[in-house]
Amino acid sequence: MIYRSLFPRDMFSELNRLQRVLAQDFEPSPNIRGFGRGGYPALNIGGTQNSVEIYAFAPGLNPAMIEVNIDRGVLTIEGERASDLPDDDKSAVHINERFAGRFRRVVSLPDDVDPTAVEATYRDGVLRLSIRRRESALPRRIEVK
Amino acid sequence: MSNDVKQQDNGRRDTAVVPPVDVIEDATGITLFADLPGVGKEQLQLRVEAETLTIEGEVGVATPEGLQPSHAEVSVPRYRRVFTLSKELDPDRIAAELNHGVLNLRIPKAEHAQPRKVQIRVG
Repeated sequence: MIYRSLFPRDMFSELNRLQRVLAQDFEPSPNIRGFGRGGYPALNIGGTQNSVEIYAFAPGLNPAMIEVNIDRGVLTIEGERASDLPDDDKSAVHINERFAGRFRRVVSLPDDVDPTAVEATYRDGVLRLSIRRRESALPRRIEVK
Repeated sequence: MSNDVKQQDNGRRDTAVVPPVDVIEDATGITLFADLPGVGKEQLQLRVEAETLTIEGEVGVATPEGLQPSHAEVSVPRYRRVFTLSKELDPDRIAAELNHGVLNLRIPKAEHAQPRKVQIRVG
């Protein structure tokens, strides 16, 4: 059908569609792993001359239960977050917005990083990964004789 | 000119991320969890004015020099969320705990509002 109904029957799917259309306007060619916004944990990624820095905003985790792997240039952060909601029937849950359950986020790394030189720290609920770039890839000044 | 800068600064101060929360009520009070990743004890502000509870926090993540961001899902380094308390809650006895970026608030109910079984007389 070429024409869309003027009065959609399902308003929520219509809103979802609208959100996708808007997202496409801002990001005309999204990553193959999706838009990645609104997920858990939220990721901020940046780089310096010597390293690639990844910040995962992952509050409320046991650091021993966070699994970080690098395989063929792909970084995976996964783990599980327990729910803080009670399961007795004496209390009432008024708002339930926080994420609970298993999570997994995948980032493709640039080619010049050294997967054996990764530093991971977890502080105030933020996991920081610092991955060094290879020595051979660092900028170098070449002497002209 | 300096006026303009000041206004811009104020505008930036007003933008903040609304953190996700869980609110649970039981017989003796309310428990609130808020996700504030990157906020340390020193950057957290809790205020109760009249019946308004304000949770505010600054993200204090150390970044190396010369960092060029390439992808950012957290673009505003600030959280703010405001709640209206109800009158049976006791704002003087709020207990707060911050652990791995999760704020846990316990707001007890005032003594006079504690549960009491109401006897029904059949006459």
